[in-house]
Amino acid sequence: MDRTNNSEPILKLEDLSTHFAVPEGIARAVEHLSYHVFEGETLGVVGESGCGKSVAALSILRLIPIPPGRIASGKILFMGQNLLELPMKKMRKIRGDQISMVFQDPMTSFNPVFTIGYQLSKVFTLHQKLSRKEAVKRSVDMLEACEIPSPERIMKVYPHQLSGGMRQRVMIAMALGCNPTVLIADEPTTALDVTIQAEILDLILRLKKKFGMAMILITHDLGIIANSAQRVVVMYAGEKVEEADVLSLFEKPGHPYTIALMKSLPHLGKTKKFLNEIEGVVPPPFRVIQGCKFAERCPEAMERCRKERPRLRSIEKGHMVACHL
Amino acid sequence: MKEIKMNNVLLQVINLVTCFPLEKTKLFQKTPFLCAVNGVSFDLKKGETLGLVGESGCGKTTTGRSILRLVEPTAGQILFEDEDVSVLTGQDMRAFRRSAQMVFQDPFASLNPRMTVGDIVEEPLLIHGLHRNRAERKDLVASVLKKVGLEPDYMKRFPHEFSGGQRQRIGIARVLTLNPKLVVADEPVSALDVSIQAQIINLMVRLQEEFNISYLFISHDLAVVEHISHRVAIMYLGKIVEIAPAENIYAKPAHPYTKALLSAIPVPDPRSRIKGMVLRGDIPNPADPPSGCTFRTRCPIAEDVCSREVPEMREIGPDHLAACHALQPAGAE
Repeated sequence: MDRTNNSEPILKLEDLSTHFAVPEGIARAVEHLSYHVFEGETLGVVGESGCGKSVAALSILRLIPIPPGRIASGKILFMGQNLLELPMKKMRKIRGDQISMVFQDPMTSFNPVFTIGYQLSKVFTLHQKLSRKEAVKRSVDMLEACEIPSPERIMKVYPHQLSGGMRQRVMIAMALGCNPTVLIADEPTTALDVTIQAEILDLILRLKKKFGMAMILITHDLGIIANSAQRVVVMYAGEKVEEADVLSLFEKPGHPYTIALMKSLPHLGKTKKFLNEIEGVVPPPFRVIQGCKFAERCPEAMERCRKERPRLRSIEKGHMVACHL
Repeated sequence: MKEIKMNNVLLQVINLVTCFPLEKTKLFQKTPFLCAVNGVSFDLKKGETLGLVGESGCGKTTTGRSILRLVEPTAGQILFEDEDVSVLTGQDMRAFRRSAQMVFQDPFASLNPRMTVGDIVEEPLLIHGLHRNRAERKDLVASVLKKVGLEPDYMKRFPHEFSGGQRQRIGIARVLTLNPKLVVADEPVSALDVSIQAQIINLMVRLQEEFNISYLFISHDLAVVEHISHRVAIMYLGKIVEIAPAENIYAKPAHPYTKALLSAIPVPDPRSRIKGMVLRGDIPNPADPPSGCTFRTRCPIAEDVCSREVPEMREIGPDHLAACHALQPAGAE
């Protein structure tokens, strides 16, 4: 679709594994995960809590606390260079400048004792070496671009004085300030009300188009994915179980987990007495599982699923599924 | 107009108002009040589920809590089986509490971490002095746990050993031991993952059938509410703006806020992406609500009259009420 003259993805995860040392052993939060995003594309990453979607994103920016965390394997290639091998000083330059992130909770991700203006203009004085005056001017421009009313006044207030939606707009202004090539949005609207969520999503997508960024949109909400993503990666228990174009994912989901997830959603206007439920719970990340991680909840699990880990295979062009079926 | 078979109605809420005093900002100022619930009326039949939907700060939780008198209502009547709950004291209050219970949102915060599951589920029996025989109580706890899909030998374990979905089951089990007639469920599934959410919703539907419980199901998720409820009430800034049978809310939404809410929900289908009606602006400060219709500041069709007059709830179809000046009442042409 939007993949004209760019054969090489701008950001590519190859075989990434992120582990954490926990009292129970090793929590394999992300295991052998590979995904990529092209220039100007929106990649949706969807999965339930604990599936490793956020840990993977934090690994990209190298924000995983080490220890207890550990990148056990893999590469993260950003414009050809492996981010995992960069010295921290260079990494800091990339963070917030070329790859930036919008976090879930707009309350806890700001420093409560500094004004919005101070925190926002820091982005420009740090990354673009602007003078304070210029930085303030750029900040006001960014706030305006994010459709914040009376930006001059907002510059002087503290985070707690803003509503959740406004805070998230400021966060977006901050993330987009340096015109990044990749924006990682980790559950950007989960803490917001539906009507505000619709506004913020709309804003992110419009700005994304305007600035021509690539975006990795991480969410648990299949509705948001359907509305915004072009390609989708479905994760379960630290692994990628399916990857597809958004249309083919929703029309022909291949993995039993994806199918079950879609069926378990209540649909507006379609009344059924009972929802399809997925039996059981996600296995804890420290449990060593030989076969398919979804096998114990899968309605179609066979003997083979419990013994052998399924590999990703292509079921049609650009549609990959990790399932023996 | 409204046909209420009195014997069938379990709970009637009439003009409920709950206000909280705010801090004074000036020396001789009259104490300002925030009316979280500002004139809410509805009724709930036996074995029925009424969904209460709204955005954060609209007063849906306060409504639920006021009904159980976990916060004291400022004005209005709450009739439970034709008895006014707001004046009950002592013994009568305890009897009411026995038949009206609550399931909380956060299954991590609402269970005492130092008590075993068995003790948590048994506690209501002790408080209300039911089943004085110890063995009898244990049997009841075991059977209730089985009802909610937990193994009876989980009784000796502690809440932290369970996942979110299982903890919510414990919360439901605790409520069930008293065999209540009314359960106020405040966002019971919003802390849970989708796959677990479906399990809990199905459980609640099954229990309702078995015990003929009435639910007041409070949630911000219209899709979930529409699924589980027989009727849905939409709240905005302390008032109900529309109340209708669940299928009508989706098929024939009347109030502009309901329409906006419906169109804002991302539908899991890439062919029907959000279009059109995106609401602009934030929810007004509930301590200083707009005059007239409280929704007018964000309403796409607001007119002069909306800032002057508060719209009344009017019947616009069978069992379908809405409060908007732009709507024609049923029958009027």
